[in-house]
Amino acid sequence: MLRTGSRVLTGALALLFLFPLVWAAVASVSPQAGTAQVHGWGFGNYQTLANYQAGIGQYLLNSTAVSLMTVVFTLAVSAFGGYAFAMFTFPGRNALFLVTLAILMVPYATLLIPLYVLLNDLGLQNSLVGLSLVLTMFQLPFAVFMMRISFEAIPGELRESALIDGCGNFRALLHILLPAVRPGLVTVGIFAFLAAWNDFITPLVLISDSEKVPLPLAVANMRQQVMGIVDYGATEAGVVVLALPCIVLFLALQRHYVRGFMSGALKG
Amino acid sequence: MTVRSLPAIAAESHPSRRRRWTSSLAGWGYAAPTALFVLIFFVVPIGIVARMSVSDWKLFTGDQGWNSGKNFRSALDDGLLWPAVWFTVKYTVVTTVILLVLALGLALLVQESSRWTGFLRTSFLVPSALGLASASLLFYALYSPQSSPLLGFTDKPISFLGTPISALWSTVVLIVWRYAGFYMLLLLVGLQSISGDVYEAALLDGANRWQTFRRITLPLLRPSLALSTIMCVTGSLLAFDQFYILTKGGPDNSTITIVQLVYNSAFQGRNDLGRAAALSILVLGALLIINVVQFRGLRGKEN
Repeated sequence: MLRTGSRVLTGALALLFLFPLVWAAVASVSPQAGTAQVHGWGFGNYQTLANYQAGIGQYLLNSTAVSLMTVVFTLAVSAFGGYAFAMFTFPGRNALFLVTLAILMVPYATLLIPLYVLLNDLGLQNSLVGLSLVLTMFQLPFAVFMMRISFEAIPGELRESALIDGCGNFRALLHILLPAVRPGLVTVGIFAFLAAWNDFITPLVLISDSEKVPLPLAVANMRQQVMGIVDYGATEAGVVVLALPCIVLFLALQRHYVRGFMSGALKG
Repeated sequence: MTVRSLPAIAAESHPSRRRRWTSSLAGWGYAAPTALFVLIFFVVPIGIVARMSVSDWKLFTGDQGWNSGKNFRSALDDGLLWPAVWFTVKYTVVTTVILLVLALGLALLVQESSRWTGFLRTSFLVPSALGLASASLLFYALYSPQSSPLLGFTDKPISFLGTPISALWSTVVLIVWRYAGFYMLLLLVGLQSISGDVYEAALLDGANRWQTFRRITLPLLRPSLALSTIMCVTGSLLAFDQFYILTKGGPDNSTITIVQLVYNSAFQGRNDLGRAAALSILVLGALLIINVVQFRGLRGKEN
């Protein structure tokens, strides 16, 4: 009796959390005045989205390119960095590690203003590559930390035997150690992807060309379209397109996602 | 954290200088990409923002040279500054208290693992997979007078974002929805690291549920609670996306946060990078002080 009661209560609580997501998905295809989908159910709002300015295809492409570049840069830099911090002693090692973690202490806004000027000087203004490089930097504290503890968890004998077999330390890394830290790489990759896909303020500051903005910025800009009248249907459709890859990724790789927190919370 | 690095161990057993030197060279080689990224995109920008804060530096004209602290005076004289500070602090306190209490409740609710709690955990966590901007856009539509499903309950239209107080609470609801699962997970990790023996001992001593929670769970959860508090306070003090998307600082500039003020100084209207840099240096300083105080406060009682 008590069990059923608590199930009903907790179930209601779970539904409360799921409700906004379900509502957005349903509302984006349901009829509603003032949107492209006035009569009957259908994909009118998605059509609006597809035809908005450069078209949703372009914005999806921008977002995908930025996210993939950020993932690749983050994985490469943090795998080498984690290996260096975990397996070698070199002068300045602790200082470099601390400065990398210090990135967490500085607000985005404080860094974005000088980065706006710096990217101009580097010829990377308005560039998706420049945006990805900056997003990679923001990922480094978590990524390098995560890879460092992943490499430290490898038993020393494994690497020793690799070196004795005549591999140089680079080949040992490539063939023996990288496969051993794969769970860490997956976690770092997911977090880099989600962060890059969802980031808002970084492209808001760094990208001024409306053709080059990633999807979150495009959907946010779309609201100010026609004489202050907001097309909520198109906004709902935009939210669905934005959220879907994140939710699918989350549900598919939930265990890795949780792992990231475990390591962060326990050792941080 | 003890680091037992292999080359170091090797160097101890064969104290050869050459080997030690090769090892640190290799170490630097692998750390070089990290070092370059940190140098170019973090250290150099910090230097630029420091110089910018004491220079006459407009968005379109660039660096016009030293202006002896005028940026700081102009930032502090801004009539919007103190209301923004007050609003940001108010928002931070409200958000942190509600979020952490709720997250702790959820964590206690789902701490035993079963299929049902697995479903509950996933439901609470799904919103945290969304970006903050996406979540804000979702609630923007959810709160809109045209499409909101929440209006069906009353005859009188509710204005979710129309008054300063309702705008604040509507934003808090969005943030709680988006982050409750995230903090639940952090606290859950802490809960699960508490050994079952402790609870058993309490049970044998005849402690009731409330006593167990008050005397055992809460004290042993302190590290996780401290981490959650620091993350939540820092995140809320730097709030931007949610207000930029939901309220644009309105109504009547009542929901302008400090980071929004920095953004507006730099890129909207004023286009004054020097002033924005000065303001963001002040924010950085305040944040460092607040975090040191939090660290001391949350750690100190433990010892």
